[in-house]
Amino acid sequence: MIMVLIDHDLGELDPLSLRAITAARKLTSDVQAVVIGEVGANVAGVVGEYGAPILHVAKHADLTDYTPAASGRALAQLVDRLKPEAVFAAGTPRGNEQLAHLATILDLPMAAECSVISLSKAAGAPHLVTRARWAANLLEEAYVHSDLLIATVLAFSVEAEALSGAGPARVETFQPILEPADLLVRVLSRGGDSSKGGVTLSDAKVIVSGGRGVGGPDGFAQLEELAELLGGAVGCSRVVTSAGWRPHAEQVGQTGTKVAPDLYIAAGISGAMQHIAGCKNSKTIVVINTDPEAPIMAYADYAIIGDLHKVIPALTSAIREMKG
Amino acid sequence: MDVLVCLKRVVLAGSTFVLTPDSRDIDTKHLGFGISPHEENAVEAGVQLVEQMGGSLTLLTLGPTDAEEQLRSQLAIGATRGILLETEGEDWDPQATAAALVEAIKAEETSFDLLIFGAESADSAGYQIHIRVAHALGRPIVTNVKSMKIENGIAHCERVVGTAREIYEVPLPAVITVRDGLNIPRYPSVPGRIQARKKPIDHKKPTPRVPRLEKVSLSVAPSNTAGALVLGSGPEAVPALVEVLKTIGILA
Repeated sequence: MIMVLIDHDLGELDPLSLRAITAARKLTSDVQAVVIGEVGANVAGVVGEYGAPILHVAKHADLTDYTPAASGRALAQLVDRLKPEAVFAAGTPRGNEQLAHLATILDLPMAAECSVISLSKAAGAPHLVTRARWAANLLEEAYVHSDLLIATVLAFSVEAEALSGAGPARVETFQPILEPADLLVRVLSRGGDSSKGGVTLSDAKVIVSGGRGVGGPDGFAQLEELAELLGGAVGCSRVVTSAGWRPHAEQVGQTGTKVAPDLYIAAGISGAMQHIAGCKNSKTIVVINTDPEAPIMAYADYAIIGDLHKVIPALTSAIREMKG
Repeated sequence: MDVLVCLKRVVLAGSTFVLTPDSRDIDTKHLGFGISPHEENAVEAGVQLVEQMGGSLTLLTLGPTDAEEQLRSQLAIGATRGILLETEGEDWDPQATAAALVEAIKAEETSFDLLIFGAESADSAGYQIHIRVAHALGRPIVTNVKSMKIENGIAHCERVVGTAREIYEVPLPAVITVRDGLNIPRYPSVPGRIQARKKPIDHKKPTPRVPRLEKVSLSVAPSNTAGALVLGSGPEAVPALVEVLKTIGILA
């Protein structure tokens, strides 16, 4: 059996968790899901439809919000009882963090950000994984020497697939025994939306992103106009936030936000490795750049070679004209 | 306030990677080295805390002898001293690395009030060493911190998940990992560089362990597409792009 940790934020499902279920189902038909906190039980419907017929719900008076060390403790107790072959979670900050607590508590290795997983074929033999390193620019094949495989699934490496005919998962609650130390680190309050309003980067279907080529803070007005017209958000590269042209919340990349919109327009961005890491999962990437040799060209679908200060206003007015 | 910051020497890769003939490592012949991006913020945070509250800032790294270069460059920013846990050059797996860091921290006379890590290394993306160290020392850990204030022995931390800001408060001693955006790392001054040459660095040789997460080989990830289809040059290419946006359903 493979156990999959389903991440949720106050009961709202992280859809990347469904991809972790699909990754598990490629290895076994016996997949069971786990959520931490009673409020997570409302994901039972969708989790079942994606192929986990049982949802274990860790119920505890103190598990009212994200509490990563307690997640690790609760998972460890469930692992001890159910003895799965593997525990998976989505390769997100939360998925990696909670499974790292689990691996630490059990004193076992953990393989983060795996795109391919082969379970051990014989008792005592290692598991074999392919995992992303260097912001997914390099892939590492690695052995995991442990009976229980603890691994997170590289975000976007697998598409979530519903299981036809499957109904909602059966909920089974369990009560973990938690120590005060497990509860020390917990979300105490929410600072509210950090975006400036409108469409946020991680939810946007369209992102118009600018880099050094924009030339300065004023140049972003053209990008904002286009983004608004397409119902999207403005993003930028690290150079731009380091120069103070745009707020850090808009940075796309390994050190900013990783995004996967339907359309990513990269204007005046050469495409440093760390930026590519944040945008390579976009469905379509369009580059506007004066340099036909820019590294980002290798990752893009379409390109216009030219000055963004001319191309973007022309694009904006063409779309305006179309929309009447 | 005694702060300890953990660093990792990493190669400063460009946008393409060349591997060694045995596919075990990046060919670093023509490349320079630095530390991971978030770690620059970790050092800056440590320097600021010591400036405000007094105390000391210790830098700890596990790596080859050459990692002294990274310790010196960060000592120049304002750290007090460094500890280098020397390896033969091979990367250690996360459990072995964490165990060596814990052993070195426990051997120190100073009981550090705060341990700071970068949120993730540029190279290995293991997402676990900081958590293993925190458990072994019996300390709380908050990860991915983007804003922090210390008052009366409590670290007030904020982290951003998607667009939500989460607020945490933990009592010291604690462990945190920080992200780019926490602060703006300063550049070393010339006097800073000169002083850094004389600052003490302890060299230790921890005992290697058999890796439980064992690297077999590396390969360069294929890029998503075969490369961009060039639609044209300048504003004249805009109609072609509009057609593309219609085809992919962005425009009606």
